[in-house]
This record gives sequence, C-alpha cells and structure tokens, in this order.
Amino acid sequence: MSVAVATPQTAEPVFHVVDEHAHPEGASTMLGFWLYLMSDCLIFAILFATYGVLGANYAAGPAPKDLFDLKLVAVNTAMLLLSSITYGFAMLEMARARVGATQLWLGITGLFGLAFLGIELYEFAHMIHEGATPQRSAFLSSFFTLVGTHGLHVTFGIVWLVTLMVQVARTGLIEANRRRLMCLSMFWHFLDVVWIGVFTFVYLLGTLR
Amino acid sequence: MFTNPDIVKAIFGRLSLESLPLHEPIVVLAFIGTALGGAAVAAGITYFKLWGYLWREWFTTVDHKRIGIMYMILGVVMLLRGFADAIMMRIQQAMAFNGSEGYLNAHHYDQIFTAHGVIMIFFVAMPMVTGLMNYVVPLQIGARDVSFPFLNNFSFWMTTAGAVLVMISLFVGEFARTGWLAYPPLSNIGYSPDVGVDYYIWSLQVAGVGTLLSGVNLICTIVKLRAPGMTMMRMPIFTWTSLCTNILIVASFPVLTAVLALLTLDRYVGTNFFTNDFGGNPMMYVNLIWIWGHPEVYILILPAFGIFSEVAATFSGKRLFGYTSMVYATVVITILSYLVWLHHFFTMGSGASVNSFFGITTMIISIPTGAKMFNWLFTMYRGRIRYDLPMMWTVAFMLTFVIGGMTGVLLAVPPADFVLHNSLFLVAHFHNVIIGGVVFGAFAGIAYWFPKAFGFKLDVFWGKVSFWCWVVGFYFAFMPLYVLGLMGVTRRLRVFDDPSYQIWFAIAAFGAFLVLIGIVAFLIQIAVSVMRREQLRDVTGDPWNGRTLEWATSSPPPDYNFAFTPMVRDADAWWDMKKHGYSRPLGGFKPIHIPSNTGTGVILAGLSTVMSFGLIWYIWWLAALSFIALLAVAIGHTFNYHRDYHIPADEVVRVEDERTRLLAAGARP
Amino acid sequence: MTLNSPPVDAHGHDHGHEAHLAAHHHGTLKSYLIGFGLSVVLTAIPFWLVMGDVLGNKQATGLVIMAFAAVQIVVHMIYFLHMTTAAEEGWTMMALIFTIVMVVIALAGSLWVMHHLTTNMMPAHDMIRR
Repeated sequence: MSVAVATPQTAEPVFHVVDEHAHPEGASTMLGFWLYLMSDCLIFAILFATYGVLGANYAAGPAPKDLFDLKLVAVNTAMLLLSSITYGFAMLEMARARVGATQLWLGITGLFGLAFLGIELYEFAHMIHEGATPQRSAFLSSFFTLVGTHGLHVTFGIVWLVTLMVQVARTGLIEANRRRLMCLSMFWHFLDVVWIGVFTFVYLLGTLR
Repeated sequence: MFTNPDIVKAIFGRLSLESLPLHEPIVVLAFIGTALGGAAVAAGITYFKLWGYLWREWFTTVDHKRIGIMYMILGVVMLLRGFADAIMMRIQQAMAFNGSEGYLNAHHYDQIFTAHGVIMIFFVAMPMVTGLMNYVVPLQIGARDVSFPFLNNFSFWMTTAGAVLVMISLFVGEFARTGWLAYPPLSNIGYSPDVGVDYYIWSLQVAGVGTLLSGVNLICTIVKLRAPGMTMMRMPIFTWTSLCTNILIVASFPVLTAVLALLTLDRYVGTNFFTNDFGGNPMMYVNLIWIWGHPEVYILILPAFGIFSEVAATFSGKRLFGYTSMVYATVVITILSYLVWLHHFFTMGSGASVNSFFGITTMIISIPTGAKMFNWLFTMYRGRIRYDLPMMWTVAFMLTFVIGGMTGVLLAVPPADFVLHNSLFLVAHFHNVIIGGVVFGAFAGIAYWFPKAFGFKLDVFWGKVSFWCWVVGFYFAFMPLYVLGLMGVTRRLRVFDDPSYQIWFAIAAFGAFLVLIGIVAFLIQIAVSVMRREQLRDVTGDPWNGRTLEWATSSPPPDYNFAFTPMVRDADAWWDMKKHGYSRPLGGFKPIHIPSNTGTGVILAGLSTVMSFGLIWYIWWLAALSFIALLAVAIGHTFNYHRDYHIPADEVVRVEDERTRLLAAGARP
Repeated sequence: MTLNSPPVDAHGHDHGHEAHLAAHHHGTLKSYLIGFGLSVVLTAIPFWLVMGDVLGNKQATGLVIMAFAAVQIVVHMIYFLHMTTAAEEGWTMMALIFTIVMVVIALAGSLWVMHHLTTNMMPAHDMIRR
C-alpha cells in the first residue's frame, strides 16, 4: 500500500472525509419516531378491520343504537380536539424558548386528556353496568378493544407528558427535551387522527345502522 | 398457611409442583442435559473470571458488531433445540407403523412440532438474519453504528427473552400443542386451558417488540447514515435487501402484535373475537395471522437473496449483473408480498373469485424472484469463479431454491392446493425454500463474513463436511416428503396405518441424521478454526478481494468502524477505491464520538420475562409489580442524558498505527 | 427524494441546531388556528347530520361522514403534523403513503375475504339480527 496521502491540489480523487462533524445527535429521531407511529397505525388498522368484520355480530345482545350516547361522544371529541390545539400552542411557546408558557400549555393539554379519559371511562362503566360487557358479543369485544386501545394510548401519552414536564422543569428546553416534545407532539396528534376514525366508523356509522 | 388453597393460589397462581414434567422421562433427560451443559458453561466463565468482562463488553454493548455476533450465537444455540425437535419427529414418524405408537404420545408430539416451528422461525431464522444485517449494514454504508444503538441492544435482549420463555416452557409447564400459528378455536381457552398457548403468546409478543424496534432502527440507519456520495442506487445490494426487509418488518409485525393481543383477550378476559359462539369468527384469526405470516417469509428470504448477490459478485470477480433490475425486483417483491396471503388458506372456503385473485397474485410474485435467479447466473457467466465455501452455498441455494419455488407455484394453483394443502407436500415445499434459501444463506453469510468479524477464516475442511452433509441430507430428508404428500399423507401426524409409507419416512430420517452430522461438523468447524486461528489469520481485512465497504476496515474492525468516514463515488465502493489507487490515511486522526454501554436493555428484557411468567401462570401480583418496575426503569433511563463519550485521538492513532503495522507485515506483493 | 440524490445529512453544509429544528416544526399560530377551525367544522357537521337525521338517507349520510373524516385526517396531517413532501427528504411522506396502502389492503382485503368466508362457511340462523 503506498504511503502517499491524497491532497486537494492534485487531481487524485478523495475517498474519505477529513473535515467531518459527527452526525448531529438525534438526527434520526424524528424519522424513527414517525416510522414507529406508522407501525402503530397498522395495529389500529387491524383493530378497525376486526371491528369491521365482527362489528355487526350482536349475538342477540345490545347494538350501537342501544348504547351510544352521541352527545357524550361529541363532548369527548371536543376534549381531544382542544387538547390538540393546546399542544400546538405548547410547541409554539417551545419555539420561542419560553419554558413557563410551554409548561402551562402542556399542563392544560394533560387536563383535556384526562377529561377525555374520564368521560370514556364513565361511558364504559355505564355500558358494563347495563350488561354490555366486552364478553357479551363479538361486537362489544371489538368495540371495547378498539376504543380501549385508543384510550390506553392516550393514557401512556399523559404519562409521557407528565414525565416531560418534569424533565423540562429540571433541565429546561434543551435539544434533547425539544426532540422529545416534538415526538410527543406527533404521538398526540396521531391519536386525534385515530379518534377521527373511531368517532366516524364506530359511533356515527354505528348509530346509522 | 401453605395448605390454604386460596393463599397458595394468590401467591403462585396456577403454578404448582405438578407443573414440573417429572413424569416425562424424555423431558427430564433434556433438563438434566441442559442443566449440566449450562452449569459447565457458567462454571467455565466463573473459573476464568469472565463475568465482569461479559457484562461490560458484551451484554451491555451498544456496538452493532457485538450485538450482531450475539444474535448469531442465539440463533445457533436455538438451532440445536429446534433441530432436536426435528430429529425426534423424524424418528417417531419412521417408527410408528404396524400398530406401533412410536415413543412419543400425542400430548408430547404436538408440543414438539409446535415448538419446532416457533423456534426455527422466531428464534433461529429471525435472529440469524437480523444478526447478519446488524453486523454488516452499518459497515457497508460507511457508518459507525446504527441510528439507535441503545434500542439495538434492547431489541437483542427482548428477542433473547422470548427464547428464554420458550426454553422455560420445556421444564416448567408445557408448550402449545396447536402448531406454530396457534389457530383458534384450538388455541382458545376452551380447548387449550393450560399454559402452553400463553407461553407461545408472551414469548412472541416480547420477541416481537424487539424485532419491530430493530426494523425501525435499520430503516433509519440506511436512510440517514449513508456515507457521502452513496446515493440509493450506489448502495450495496445487501443493504437494499436489508432496507426492504426492515420495511416489511415495520409494516407486518404490528399485525402479529394485534392478532396475538386479540387472542390474549379471548383467553384472559373472555372476549369473543375467535370463539364459536357469541358472534366470534375463528376464520378472522387465520386471515389476520397470514396477513403477517406471508410478509414474514419474505423477511426471512430477502436478506438471504442479498447475501447471495454479494457472494456471487465477489467470487465471480465481476460486478453484479443487472443491479438496477435486482433493486426493482426486491421492491416489487416487497410490495407484492402483501397481496398473496390468502394462498395459505385457499381451502378455508372463500370461494372461486377470491381464490383466483390470490392464486394469480401468488404466481406473479414468483416472477421477480425468477429474474433474480437469472441475474445471479449472468453474474457468474464469464466470471473467474472461486468455489470458496460462500460460493458453494450459493450454488447449492440456486439449485435447491428453484425446486422449492416451483413447488410453490404449483401450490399457488387453487385446485392443486385443494389436494395438497396441509399435506407433506406443503411441508416439503416450505422446508425446501427456507432451508435452501434462508439456512444456506445464513451459512454462506457466516462463511463470508466470519473473517471480517473475527480476523481469521473458517476451517475449510470441516466447512465442506458440513456443507455436503447439509445439502445431501436436505435432499434425503425432504424429497420423500414430496412423494408422501402426493400420496395423500397429512402433516403433523404421529402414527400411520399404511405400511407403504414407511420406507419414505425411513429415508427422511436418514436425511435428518445426515443434517445432524452437518450441524455437528459446523460446530467442530468453529472450534477447529478458533484453535487454528493463527494459520487461518487474515491481516488485510479483505480476504476475499471484496467489493463493498466493509472490506475496507481491519478484521475485526475497530470499535468506531471508520477513522474517517469514506466518500463514495460509485457502486461497489471498495472495488472502486482499490481500482483508483486509494491509500489509507495514516495521520490526522480526530477524537470519535461513541455511545456508552448500558445495562438498561438487559434489565428491561429481564423484567419483561418476569412479567410474562407472571401472566402465564396467573401470578397477578408478580405481573403487576414487574410491569410497574418496567415502566419505572424505562422512564428512569430517560432521565440519563449523558450516554456517550469520545474516543480520544491518540487512542484512534494507536489503533490505526497497529493496523498499518499489520498490513505492512502481511503485505501482499 | 430521488434514487440518485445524496444521503440525507450529506457533508458539505453545516447544520446549525436552529436550522435543524426549524426544518421540523413549521407551525405558526395562524396555521394551528386554521387547522383547529377546520377540524371543528368537519367534526360538527357529521355529528349534526347523524344526530339530526338531516339527509333522511342512511347510505348518503354514511358516505358523507366518511368523506368528512378523510378530509379532516388530511387537515390534521397538514396543519398539526406539518406533513409535507419535503419533510425528512420525502421519507416521511413515502412512509405515510406506504402505510396508507398497507392499511387499505389490510382493511379492504379482510372485509372482502371475510365476507366471502362468512357467507360460504357460516350459514346464519334466520333469527340472528345481522
């Protein structure tokens, strides 16, 4: 192997980068998290498919008409939509590096999320009390699983939100925390997108049957 | 207190002394063998004081190279268990004629064929394929590691956790008796009330998390961390197939997760997804599991195709023929693999219109694979072919896989499938393509990249013994199964009443024993190679006169892979560099940024195993506690922001100078 | 993103941290409020159509609310998730399109296949309310 090192002045090709900066830390994070979200999307797609196939199997038990309270669902939808806009406000404040305002909007988002969960749990409890348990029929099994999985995701989102609020309080809006807040932002809005599917295909179309 | 059944149940769930299979002599023997072997290994590690070394350098590593090696070790260890199941089945089926019941009762036999399938697919083939991709891809693209090194470590340990659960099921409780896909209603709580299906579910769910995350990891790596100048169409073909494989993983494993979750709900909560009553529909399970299942087999085979492409080009001394068409063929296969799944259940009754659609798509998907075959042949044509071991495996693959592919196209015709579905013809077909494709590919990859990973080649003599035993053994083991299938023999049978079958089963058993010798020869090959490593040593880092960037590094590569990130000007980047008088930089090294090792992955996977054990045995307090611990550790881990360090410049200088010295000492004239 | 474009973080130009971030979130107050407003409208109308039985025709109502859902999802993608063809050199859009294709195949495929299977293989008692 020759010892000569290629220099810029000669016409010899350059085969390695001399002046490099390391790939910025977290360069892959946004794409990686988006890919994870796409996989989560597929889980929901399977749950929707299951609901689509089994959702009319009432087994002589209660049907959507007997169970769904659209007014309550409308309120719930509003809670989630409001939480989306408040998270958006949190991101705007983050861009302006205002920790206090960011935390405020994050907190409000969390409260809307808790309201959503509370209303949903109330709805579930009411249905179960009426005998419309997940075990009653395949329709109810798929209803509780689809809507419940969404609710579980919201729950994890809130846990994550609280964790991030603690971390931002401790270390401020450093690069790593900003990345995490952006990932949670994608997660949160994605859950609202799934909810659009849920209220349309489960609640509204169900009531129409 | 311990006689009060309520308290016992609260503490131990449904676990009891009866859960230990003390009345099954074969299992007891297996336990004794495994325990002795495990104790010997543990004793050896303790004697040589290697626990600290193992923990610091291997278990907690975030280096893709070490993680890749650990995956391979996992695959080889589980191959021994999965193959033991195979030998047991072959012996049983060869014996059980003329009124003989063989030596395995149905209760045991059904677990064996289930475990064989689960282990071979999830804990042998997947880890081997993942291990090779993990090791090679970052090197091939000129990167220092994958996008998410910690996740990589975590993924490995989750896969291992799944394997551990399957192994535990051998000695505590039992495994599923449903076949490797666990169709309901058989797998539902009514017909499988015991722990077997629960072991199946949780081991797959845990391993599935690892696989999914590894899919995301490798896609990001290939998309974002390629060396400058390496456009998509200049990537090595193995990197292309890895990209498509990982896209398939991310796009299919969620389906498995969801389906198994639905089965879990049926079993634990009493929902009615797949029950026969209350509106359930068991056929939906079959439909959904195969939406995952078909892409899964392409996940297994595409990396093998990539390996064969690299090997064919390198050992023919020629650029791969038709690189562009190979890329397109791979992408087309990726997309089409989602449109064929129903061919796994033509006979379930969806009718002619549905069956013909999927029959046609299945036949179409064979076309891009055929195109690849021709490309490999044309790569070899007029090349200066060197029949080193990797090339031998490649030629064997080309012959064997084509046969398996053809029987696949035969099965794609619905009327033919109505006769042959679930017969031994089907079993022969899928072993034909998986062994001929994935296993031969893994062995080719091991023979090809072992010198890169360890700095010395594998012993050729024992490699050839292993090769010939595997190839000849495969044909003896599976060609009779095609015959038996055409004669009408159903799969998964334990006892037979038609004596004319026996000769074929005997031949198949002989073939299995040849393969056993092949596996033993492989293990001997590794041992002999380690003992003779100085004679087999390669100091150049490029023992095969390779074409892609991994051969530009030393063997084994330094922790940081490349002291300077390469700049790529053409496909077959390393070949291009050699042709244009590339000289290795000898100075000007800078400190290199490296992620730190961490034990969090091991701990999280360990907690997952404990939680799964609790869920399987209905030990609710254990499941709950470990779940909370899991959350706490995961969240706690995120509070650690300082997970990296820099390799100082003089350390890089020391490593690179050592390489310069070795190259000069072993310089080729 | 083309097959011949250089890798995403090609060396040769410097990424300041701010530039890096700005590439990722392009929300402005105006865009968030537009998205929110559109979403409210696109949610309220379907609820109103169903709760008030406004159109009198179940099939038409069903189709309309599904269309509204599709539009609202796009609104969310653009205004809340900042989905553009440029994000991550086109890879996020590519991943999204691929996922949508997979979802359509899994949904449509399952519904088609299961409909045929159920019709052929699960003759229902006349009294089961389907």
